[in-house]
Amino acid sequence: MESVLGRYRNLIILVGVLFLQVLGLATQVKRGGNDAENTRLIRIWVVGTITPFERGLVWVQNGTGNLWHNYFYLRGVRAENRQLKAQIEHMRLEQVRLSEDAAQARRLQTLLAFKEQFISRTVAAQVIGSSGSDLSRIVYIDKGENTGLKRDMAVITADGIVGKVLLVYPSVSQVLLISDQSSGVGAILEKTRLQGVLRGTPSGEVVLERVMSDEQVPLGETVLTSGGDQIFPKGLPVGTVTRVGNGKDLFLNIKIKPAANLSKLEEVLVLVEKQERQATAEDNVRVRAADILAQRLPSVPDKPATDTKATQGTLDGSAKPAAANAGSKPTGAATTPQASKNPTGTGNVHNAPVAGQTGKATDLTPAVQKPTGASGGTTTGSKPAPTQPKPTSAPPKASKPPSIQPSSTQPAPPQSNPQPPADESSPN
Amino acid sequence: MPITYTSGEQVEVYRFSIPITIGVPLLALFVQAFVPLKFPRFAVFIDLPLLVTIFFAMARRNPISGLLTGAVIGLAQDMLGHNQIGIYGIAKTVVGYGASSLGVKLDVENAGARLLVTLGFYLVHSAVYFTVARGLVNMPQTWSWGHGLLAGLANAVLGVALYFVLDKFKQRT
Repeated sequence: MESVLGRYRNLIILVGVLFLQVLGLATQVKRGGNDAENTRLIRIWVVGTITPFERGLVWVQNGTGNLWHNYFYLRGVRAENRQLKAQIEHMRLEQVRLSEDAAQARRLQTLLAFKEQFISRTVAAQVIGSSGSDLSRIVYIDKGENTGLKRDMAVITADGIVGKVLLVYPSVSQVLLISDQSSGVGAILEKTRLQGVLRGTPSGEVVLERVMSDEQVPLGETVLTSGGDQIFPKGLPVGTVTRVGNGKDLFLNIKIKPAANLSKLEEVLVLVEKQERQATAEDNVRVRAADILAQRLPSVPDKPATDTKATQGTLDGSAKPAAANAGSKPTGAATTPQASKNPTGTGNVHNAPVAGQTGKATDLTPAVQKPTGASGGTTTGSKPAPTQPKPTSAPPKASKPPSIQPSSTQPAPPQSNPQPPADESSPN
Repeated sequence: MPITYTSGEQVEVYRFSIPITIGVPLLALFVQAFVPLKFPRFAVFIDLPLLVTIFFAMARRNPISGLLTGAVIGLAQDMLGHNQIGIYGIAKTVVGYGASSLGVKLDVENAGARLLVTLGFYLVHSAVYFTVARGLVNMPQTWSWGHGLLAGLANAVLGVALYFVLDKFKQRT
């Protein structure tokens, strides 16, 4: 017996070691599939040994890089600065358009009592390591429990989503990338509004599953998060459709190119806190499109002093009370020729019609965007202010310019700026 | 140089100092985890912990030592990922045992032999990993001969260079 054991000692030990590992694997599989949380205490030894070196190396690397880029290599900075300024100008114009759309969307959300999700706090983190295996697509970031990170928090970059926090250690965290085959993200196609599940493949590609094969999905369409996974807030960019083919079981196989460069991650943001609240239309009036435009016109004179009393008189009989959004209401001076150049009180004359043409003040706030209704007395706000006297049918006073006669409340002539037609405004 | 058949008494058995025994596998794990941040394809083709396992197993020429080295390095590699612990462990245990057993019987000191041995063990490692991941853990896996051979060749070439460096740390028993 002893000779047999001695002869096959190596083989017996091999079988024993393999058996122990198979047993360990079976235990993990039975406990909870792919749940790395169960083995966190075992993993922490290796992670705690390796990651400090990675963190140190990244620190040295960044320090060297910063020294070079900030002090020595400044070629092209001026040109880049000019380019960025031009880009800012372009983006401001884009912001004007988008703020209008956003305002409209918020009003609709308010009407429908939508719950909005807001990203209220993020933590910036540095990517310091990976799993080192193409079969486990994860990265390590240099923030952990000590910074308030928790499991299942979303990780994003400015370009798009990256993944979610899988395991949290005291000073580092493991992030599961969306390209991993065990990852799953609720996604929606931007234009067609088709919903699906974003998954990684063994080869590291990202595909959108669960879209029926009878749907038309155009190439290049943007994919956003749908919010259905309760991890990523709705509307974050995911990527673009690069290939559409037939998949299994009547579903399409849609290949997605991630918006974030998952293979070269350096800094990421972890969404530490999300807030959910009901949409309110008031939020959108703090920054108005007109204000944004006004910032681009420094030569425009400041808002002249308004005579509210006189203004009040001029409006009688011509307009109903304005919306309850105090911050966005135009002053009554808008009805005077002088004020019609500055209806918003921001020094903006960009879109103000000349008094006498339409008699309307141009206010780009969302609350006054509605097109005018029939003749005169159009309410521009969504709610009448309770303290506001009701418009009367009294004849216009002498100070009132003819331009604000009810008959003059025609839609403004088309303007070069793609903004809604000017409406008749009224003070509180 | 051809692979020659030698008796157990003819081959040299080496040992390594404790810092090298611990430090080299840790360094291999560190490099394997860090380099893909800069060169993403590195993790697709190169498996440094495997090369270190093969080197130590062949140099020590002790199957028990080889399989234990493979098991420890493989389990550590598993712990860095998020999949179940033990998949790399099993694969590298088999490789460690096989490399040390081969080292007892063959002269694997020359570059040509090392190239072929590393290529072969890379394929063995991939096959065991594939079998365990698919059969035991039910992970979706795809086998590609093209990728396997290409990655095996890349590892073999890198391995020959790496073994040359690590040879400096060998100590005769």
